[in-house]
Amino acid sequence: MDDGGLGWWGVPLAVLAGAIRVSTPFLFVSLGECLTEKSGRINLGLEGTLVMGAMSGYAVAYGTGNPWAGVLVAGLAGTVFGVLHAAICSLERVNDIAVGIALMLLGTGLAFFLGKPFIQPQAPQLPSLALGWWSDVPQVQSALRINALFLAGLLLAPLLVWALRCTRWGMVVRIVGESAEAARAMGYPVNAVRMAATATGGFLAGVGGSFLSLYYPGSWNEGLSSGQGITAVALVIFARWDPMLCFYAALLFGGAGALGPALQSVGVTQGYYLLNAAPYILTLAIMIATSSSRHRLAGAPAELSVTR
Amino acid sequence: MAAPHRLSRRTLLHTVSAAGALGVLGSALPWRPALAKDLVVGFVYVGPRDDFGYNQAHAEGAAAVRALPGVKVLEEEKVPETVDVEKSMESMIALDGARLLFPTSFGYFDPHVLKVAKKHSSLTFLHCGGLWTEGKHPANVGSYFGYIDEAQYLSGIVAAHTSKTKKLGFVAAKPIPQVLRNINSFTLGARSVDPAVTTAVIFTGDWSMPVKEAEAANSLIDQGVDVVTCHVDSPKVVVETAERRGIFCTGYHASQAALAPKGYLTGAEWNWAKVYTDYVTLVLAGKTVPNLVRGGLKEGVVKTSAYGPAVSDAARANADAVKAQFMDGSFVIYKGPLKDNKGNTVIAAGEAQGQTDIALESMNYLVEGVTGSIG
Repeated sequence: MDDGGLGWWGVPLAVLAGAIRVSTPFLFVSLGECLTEKSGRINLGLEGTLVMGAMSGYAVAYGTGNPWAGVLVAGLAGTVFGVLHAAICSLERVNDIAVGIALMLLGTGLAFFLGKPFIQPQAPQLPSLALGWWSDVPQVQSALRINALFLAGLLLAPLLVWALRCTRWGMVVRIVGESAEAARAMGYPVNAVRMAATATGGFLAGVGGSFLSLYYPGSWNEGLSSGQGITAVALVIFARWDPMLCFYAALLFGGAGALGPALQSVGVTQGYYLLNAAPYILTLAIMIATSSSRHRLAGAPAELSVTR
Repeated sequence: MAAPHRLSRRTLLHTVSAAGALGVLGSALPWRPALAKDLVVGFVYVGPRDDFGYNQAHAEGAAAVRALPGVKVLEEEKVPETVDVEKSMESMIALDGARLLFPTSFGYFDPHVLKVAKKHSSLTFLHCGGLWTEGKHPANVGSYFGYIDEAQYLSGIVAAHTSKTKKLGFVAAKPIPQVLRNINSFTLGARSVDPAVTTAVIFTGDWSMPVKEAEAANSLIDQGVDVVTCHVDSPKVVVETAERRGIFCTGYHASQAALAPKGYLTGAEWNWAKVYTDYVTLVLAGKTVPNLVRGGLKEGVVKTSAYGPAVSDAARANADAVKAQFMDGSFVIYKGPLKDNKGNTVIAAGEAQGQTDIALESMNYLVEGVTGSIG
């Protein structure tokens, strides 16, 4: 039957395409959170940062006509939220998780409030690179239309691994995350390092948000994130604080999210609620399979309040 | 510096209660109810009112009401289907003197609208989508809805004429009767043109899931679907995705023609402007409002979007001919023999279920030609 359909081949293709399309916000938020957590703080507010980034990026792209200006402003909005989180947490006896939840609510609320006028207009979209030129199957071409932000994330993950492992800056971040006392004894400003790490994490989360509104699905509305920011924070634990594993985990979640619709489109229609829950079932399974009651999570920064 | 002014608990209580008394006094002053000469009408939406979808359709109706003389319109957006809607309505009643309320989301009805309506028996509550039942529901409550599947049937006709692959796609939120009725009517319309046409349906699981809607549209397009439509709160994502991938789409709720100048064929739209202005005119004239309002193309409750540039003359002629039959009330969508997509007969030969047939409001099947399942 030559009718332009792919049949069952559509499923792996959709999972691959979904992995590329859907994973980028997960990737940016989880890389940002990974850096923040390496410095010994957890920022749960990244869901709010993501939504704020999506809104501000869309608004600026619409206002200026330049989507890249939107990406930049989304990053800066994220930085502001990161700085706010770090500044509040640098006070005595402040719980970073509680502050994160407060900032998550503030970020989403503020984005919904300020984003009202931008639900209807269409902002210019980020361009994509057509890497599927070698194929004459339109579905493959479409799946391989890859956004530059995804490639940036792809480069950022190994860069972050290298920076954390091999540079002085990375070492300082790790020391602060492993033992604040040791860092203080060595003369490193603990709060300033955490401020920088949280602000950078916020920047990345903001950029991730702009991908949602400026590329895929490519419009601003209030249901846009539907919890992706929170999922990405959880991904960091799932990925054992390793940026490269964050990248794979983001791909896995993107692909698993595409599985439900792809199977329905080829006619596997029973139990789609269960299929839509596939990413979460997968997480649970891997977490249970790799957990241990005897030692703390491998790779967890010792200063992190969730593992301390 | 002056001595620190210490506020004792007693002074605080005095001040607060004095301020409260002032507030009560303020509300009794004559200038405030001067506004109440106008009929105050409150609209409550479940989402943002410019979403290119469900809420925008209602907001367009509210805008038409606002243009009437002697009416003041209040609107509140993004009110969840929880006790929040009761608070919104109570505050519209208590603070702004609303006398006519339109809670527009399906989930508001039971128990929230019913509860508030019992409390304020002199006010009128008109709810979209509910089924008002005499004796069971308070007399000051009414419900209205439209047979938008008539417009979906016409969309299906246009889609079948336009499709080259003979595969249509439908992105739906949840398998509830109203959604199934749209899927089935769209498919029946398409198969009235060409019985080889099939509709693949994807349920996303909720009313607003932008990423999943985009994934669903992309998966359908990858399977060769070349006309897609949807029943979600905001069709914006589905329509934009279709346009970007270069296929055709038909709209829902409101017109999305502006989002897809090339691929937008037609669409099933609500015409709440007519329903709402009719209601408000009745209330302004002091007449009683009907408790149950239903209607389709003929009654003007629903309408179709203007045809897009890709619609062929044959498609126009076919759809217009069927539309004329809807307008004179002679067309029945659900008539036997009708099979569901599992092969069971759902309407026997010789039987017909007209639009007002209550059996259609509890639809639980997908017709032959739909790929998908409810479970």
